[in-house]
Amino acid sequence: MSILWVLVKLGAALGFGMSWAAFLGWVERKQSAVMQDRIGANRADILGFKLIGLFHTIADPIKLLTKEDFVPANVNKTFHAAAPALALGFPLLALAAFPFGGTFTVGGWTLSLQPLGSKVGLLYVLAMLAVGIHGVVMAGYASNSCYGLMGGLRGASQMLAYEVCLATTMAGAVFLYGTLDLAEAVRWQARMLGGWLPAWGIVFQPLGFVLFLVAGAALTKRTPFDLPEGESEIVGFHVEYSGMKFGMFMMTDLIESVVVCCLAATLFLGGWHAPFLPLDGLVGAAVMVGAFTAKVALVMFLLMQVRWTLPRFRFDQLLDLGWKGVLPAGLLNFFLTAWGIYLWR
Amino acid sequence: MGPQHPAMHGVIRLILGLDGERVKSSEVEIGYLHRAFEKHAEAEPWNNVVPYTDRLNYVSPLINGTGYCLAVEKLLGVTIPERGQYLRVVACELSRVTDHLTCVAASAMELGAFTVFLYLIKAREYLYQLVDDLTGARVTTSYCRVGGVKADLPDDFQRKCLAAFAGVREAVRDADRLLTRNRIFMDRVEGTGVLSREDAVAYGITGPFLRSTGVPYDVRRSHPYLVYDRLEFEVPVGSAGDNFDRYLVRLAEIEQSMRIVEQCLRLMPKGSHSLPPMDASEMADLGKQGKTAELVDRTAGTCKTLEGADRNTHDHIRAGGPGAVLPPKEEVYGSIEGLMNHFEQVMWTWGLKVPAGEAYVPVEGGNGELGFHIVSDGKNKPYRVRCRPPCLFIMAALPKMLNGGYVADVVATFGSVNMIAGELDR
Repeated sequence: MSILWVLVKLGAALGFGMSWAAFLGWVERKQSAVMQDRIGANRADILGFKLIGLFHTIADPIKLLTKEDFVPANVNKTFHAAAPALALGFPLLALAAFPFGGTFTVGGWTLSLQPLGSKVGLLYVLAMLAVGIHGVVMAGYASNSCYGLMGGLRGASQMLAYEVCLATTMAGAVFLYGTLDLAEAVRWQARMLGGWLPAWGIVFQPLGFVLFLVAGAALTKRTPFDLPEGESEIVGFHVEYSGMKFGMFMMTDLIESVVVCCLAATLFLGGWHAPFLPLDGLVGAAVMVGAFTAKVALVMFLLMQVRWTLPRFRFDQLLDLGWKGVLPAGLLNFFLTAWGIYLWR
Repeated sequence: MGPQHPAMHGVIRLILGLDGERVKSSEVEIGYLHRAFEKHAEAEPWNNVVPYTDRLNYVSPLINGTGYCLAVEKLLGVTIPERGQYLRVVACELSRVTDHLTCVAASAMELGAFTVFLYLIKAREYLYQLVDDLTGARVTTSYCRVGGVKADLPDDFQRKCLAAFAGVREAVRDADRLLTRNRIFMDRVEGTGVLSREDAVAYGITGPFLRSTGVPYDVRRSHPYLVYDRLEFEVPVGSAGDNFDRYLVRLAEIEQSMRIVEQCLRLMPKGSHSLPPMDASEMADLGKQGKTAELVDRTAGTCKTLEGADRNTHDHIRAGGPGAVLPPKEEVYGSIEGLMNHFEQVMWTWGLKVPAGEAYVPVEGGNGELGFHIVSDGKNKPYRVRCRPPCLFIMAALPKMLNGGYVADVVATFGSVNMIAGELDR
């Protein structure tokens, strides 16, 4: 039973990521359309029903899957084919570590809503994100194209830089909760201060949260940090890809965003915790998953809004921002937190 | 980079030598859009060249036609009526605004600010609709004629124009708020793509680019043509000659151009459209009764397909006398001289003949001084039409601006200099 439950949860986590990725494709179009005074995706229909363009989430994968998968002559075929799988696979794996909800009891069973509980869940997520960098570099290198190579190199140094920054910005929160276990971190936050203020990480770590969002957006290579892609500059590390392989890179971006949003929700927004609502039984399970999803959606909305507002950084400015801006500020946040905890104790 | 590259709009190729992300050397390869405009012009009657000029700078086509017609008119010794001159100014300034909007929008998009791009393109759409109303086409307008313009203002143009300007101002304000004090945008454009004032002058660069380096040279001010000497407008100048100053100069010029159009609409002498068309039979009745004084400024509302009765419009916007333009339809249908004159204009190997000689007329194009040097040997076709495209000189200076910068600066700089391949390659 317990193995079956774990498999169900793993499948659900995978489904969570994939359906978010598909949904985000639609959100991206529709939200940008609203911001830009356009209508946005509205053509795909089934039997005349258009459902405000939501069927595009089905039409897009079908289009990508049925497109010719063109492989240029001079690429390294093995690595060219492996790169999208690497890039997409590891962020998907990272999703398995998130607590989509706490534990609930139903019919005598006590079930956890976290697919893979671990004492070092956070490190696992960071590791998976870090391995994902290889996909980008590999795609650029194996493509045997100047644009691709530049994109890959940009991706490598950008993601390495912001991986470090991301870890630093989370250090304060981790120190506060005293655990690397993501479920434990949420449990620490799942209480009320003075009966009205939820003890979410953002209350204690406002600077950490902002820095985390910056580093997270940069790590996921989205505008204003989309230099590896740099559509109008170097076209991107995936310039030599077509069909579903290209689609996989697009999904990678979206799934990495989901991972970062999940991290933000877990560490700073109280994870599954919803104040004043029942958190046990089947209803509780639904509330917890719903609260978690809503928080992910909120962060996603913020990232999208930023994406369609700001222009792109230049490479040196981006690294300057990371190494000279976010990293020192993150360290400062960490020391302040540590000092605060020392004084409090 | 290019000719197939998202930032190399139009068609052009840059051969870049890179050291990592740094540009060490660069070479500009032009000519992908060469259409033999100048040679083609030699094979066509004088007025038939006008549609080809629309394809030069295709984001501000009306200015090109104006420049060409002014050059031919200089050889002919023809001055068009005042209302026609104002109409040309209105057309030119609308085109200038679309040109600047496109340039600012495209360079913003290349820096990743896609929303700004769409805001400004929406504003451009308002103006394209005005141009459509005025000329009957959005881009390939063919509005100017040697000796006049094709048509008078359409009904209700003034109201539509002011409404469109309100939309443009709002979009420009939005773009201004999204970009001008945006730290990321400023970091990208300040101090990149710099060309000194001396270099800009030495390369023969004109237009917003030259003004961004601090030289207040504007053909409309320095060598006024049409009615520009009667209009009030400022010539905005920058100081640094970098991408940011070019952006600011363009934004300021958008406002100035709209100001010029508003003045023109106010100052323009009344045309036939000040009175509504009158039923033709009613007009004939009045004429029979001898009440001709009432008919002086009226147009007859005749059958649309006949397109007759255009004398009043004609006299307001086209130069008089036989030779330069087709005579009004009343004369064609009503007198043998008019009919002969009409056919002399349209018959093969006949038509407008321009006295032998040479003339050069510069106008202020979207990118700078757009000049037409025209040579005639007295025939019904030009002997030589030489176009001075403002872009060409900018492209010559481009390597100087790119070398030593980053790859990312290439698209920022290339966007802000506003290369238009149709005009560059001709």
